[in-house]
Amino acid sequence: MACNASSCQSNCHRNEEQAQEEEFGGSANSISNYNDRNLNVCVKCKSNEPISGGNAEDGRFCADCFRSNLYGKFRLAVISNAMICPTDNVLVAFSGGSSSRVALQFVHEMQDKSQKNFDASRDRSLPVFGVGVAFIDERAIFPVSSHEIDKAIQDFRSIVSALAPPRKELHVVPIENICSSSSSDGRDRLKNLLDAISDSTGKEDLLLHLRMLSLQKIASENGYNRVVLGSCTSSIACHVISAIVKGQGYSLPGDIQYVDARWEIPVVLPLRDCLTQELNRLCHLDGLKTVELHKVPYSGINGLVSSFVTLLQKENPSRECTIVRTAGKLTPFHFNSIPEKSDSNTTLATQRRLKKYNLKPNESLSSESFCPVCNSPLNKSDLLRQSNLQNHQTSSDIFGAACCSSCRFQILPKDPSSMEHFYTHLPQPLVARAKRGGYGNLSLLREQIQDCLISDSEDES
Amino acid sequence: MEEADGNGKSMKGRGRLCCICSKRRAALKRPKTLEQICRECFYEVFEEEIHQVIVENQLFKPGERIAIGASGGKDSTVLAYVLSELNQRHNYGLDLFLLSVDEGITGYRDDSLETVKRNEIQYGLPLKIVSYKDLYGWTMDEIVKMIGLKNNCTFCGVFRRQALDRGAALLKVDKLATGHNADDIAETVLLNILRGDIARLSRCTSIITGEDGPIPRCKPFKYTYEKEIVMYAYFKRLDYFSTECIYSPNAYRGFAREFIKDLERIRPRAILDIIQSGEDFRISTSTKMPEQGTCERCGYISSQKWCKACVLLEGLNRGLPKLGIGRSRGLNDDRKKGIKENIGTKSIESKQCGTLDF
Repeated sequence: MACNASSCQSNCHRNEEQAQEEEFGGSANSISNYNDRNLNVCVKCKSNEPISGGNAEDGRFCADCFRSNLYGKFRLAVISNAMICPTDNVLVAFSGGSSSRVALQFVHEMQDKSQKNFDASRDRSLPVFGVGVAFIDERAIFPVSSHEIDKAIQDFRSIVSALAPPRKELHVVPIENICSSSSSDGRDRLKNLLDAISDSTGKEDLLLHLRMLSLQKIASENGYNRVVLGSCTSSIACHVISAIVKGQGYSLPGDIQYVDARWEIPVVLPLRDCLTQELNRLCHLDGLKTVELHKVPYSGINGLVSSFVTLLQKENPSRECTIVRTAGKLTPFHFNSIPEKSDSNTTLATQRRLKKYNLKPNESLSSESFCPVCNSPLNKSDLLRQSNLQNHQTSSDIFGAACCSSCRFQILPKDPSSMEHFYTHLPQPLVARAKRGGYGNLSLLREQIQDCLISDSEDES
Repeated sequence: MEEADGNGKSMKGRGRLCCICSKRRAALKRPKTLEQICRECFYEVFEEEIHQVIVENQLFKPGERIAIGASGGKDSTVLAYVLSELNQRHNYGLDLFLLSVDEGITGYRDDSLETVKRNEIQYGLPLKIVSYKDLYGWTMDEIVKMIGLKNNCTFCGVFRRQALDRGAALLKVDKLATGHNADDIAETVLLNILRGDIARLSRCTSIITGEDGPIPRCKPFKYTYEKEIVMYAYFKRLDYFSTECIYSPNAYRGFAREFIKDLERIRPRAILDIIQSGEDFRISTSTKMPEQGTCERCGYISSQKWCKACVLLEGLNRGLPKLGIGRSRGLNDDRKKGIKENIGTKSIESKQCGTLDF
């Protein structure tokens, strides 16, 4: 709504002004000079010249106001969802693209500010949160020359080290590390795993899940307690549509909130309200260097969805906002807020500064079951199928039955022998997740689906 | 099922056997599953699926009188044919009727009504035609003459919805079956997301709607692909009318429809997946629904003082056709929600003549 109205107002506003000015026009030179200037000023500060080019939305602001507006959206998201506390240690997922570059920049600015406050305060009661940066090296999968990636990593190092202190560590981890601790073995396993998937969309999606697992691994091994993603309105809008198209309507609301704490290390999306055009523009304005490394165009469903959303956005510049806003109204899950910390480590000063505007108490602390592949909550029919599983099944069958129907269709191989093969190459964290969530708590599952079961007899022992 | 690559066509007709009966030569690739099957098996799975949908969702009860919304187009013609077949084959015990609305569009509806009249004889189903002229005193031709080609679909859509209900009441039927197919419903799910309509999003996938209203409506083709309907009509040589409305001038299909067709090409299952998503959405029941009352003027269900049709009609009769369109303040001054359907955002939808009035 806001986007809609504001983009409209900008024009109406201008027309009105123009009309007024035409009335006065020509009466005196000095006035018309003044008016000319007045016509072409930032709508917010009314003094500087707006940034030229670009679309109407950000063309109304001057560079400073544009920057502070964008940072304001980031800051509001962080504060109102309690994403970052002074005692936290934050890992920024960094791909080299404009979204994660801005995420890094903003997190840095926030840290910089609290460092200054810390230095200036007398009692030093508020510690400064720590920041680290993670880059997942995917040269094992994408056809990019090693030289190019090495050069990009050099660039990343200089970007990260150029940021003002406190020092931030850059973790560069190859994606295949998630499959095995040895690099060459991991590479083989990863290749085998991906080759077993016939659907190109499924391949892309599995890779996305592996990337998240890698980030989680880096975060937990290095003592981080938050993962910051650069997901922006535009990328989230694409995710909304593609999730719907893949039949993931049930789990969708869990993916698109500011906070996603279903992971061991909670994931936060502070740029959820920023458009990709805005982020690109900021990088351009501030000379933030971006490197598009793994920029292989999406194929299959994801590619189709992304060009569809781009088309819609062209037709109506607020469409992406509308999509995310609508999907945002779907009921989120209990894991979509930062878990309440009860330990006494948080000082009173910290607690006082936590402003949780949007945090609603969890009405239903339901115990969801999750798909071992994509970690999305399972709906009733998935649970039903899982509980109907007969005895004497191989472990790959059990794994398959624990997956959501979307992953079963687009990721898992249909034929039993290739499924077996696929299963043996799965990364350990995935298999562990299946064992944890799957058949350990059958009775719990049964409870959730009690109303759908017809016979009371318990035939599984 | 891998993603379709589109070059399976050249393989067809090489004497491959139907993968269901393994007896006859495969004659077609089933759009929903890409299985290569023979014509007879196609008829069987097509009809059987619809039968299962009817049984599982308890769409009809024995002894009920059912009106089939018949426009003469492919969806409603196939619906009429299949329902009367299934009614006999499985002893549903239904009294079936054809119900048509005559909008009064020369060169379009008069021709399609001829088709429905032939269907009446072919399938032996009694036909009732209700006309805008009789109900409202205006034909669409007259309305368009007055208001032009802008917003005319708003009038037509609002009037049709009510006309169908009135016709159904005249026939004293218990339910109205419409020919909305899986593609239509998938498109509606997407459109409601794109235009931010969370209330409609929660009910657009229901197979039965309006159970609290005068006459419930159901969609036996909810899971039936448009392409299969066309295929069925083609192979069965069904008599249907396939011209688009002359007042819905843009023959182009909307973005959303085109997107769905593109999806179907690379993953046929996507249409069913979208419907599945729509059914699975977690929407809190507290989402506000407009309160339902009755129109003070005509007694039809309405959330306002006057129903939409009466507002539009009043505008026509008073020579103020803009009344009730868009955000202009009309008779229902207290209404909060602007009636903005069918206006603006047109380019993302395909069917503009109010056939998607869920």
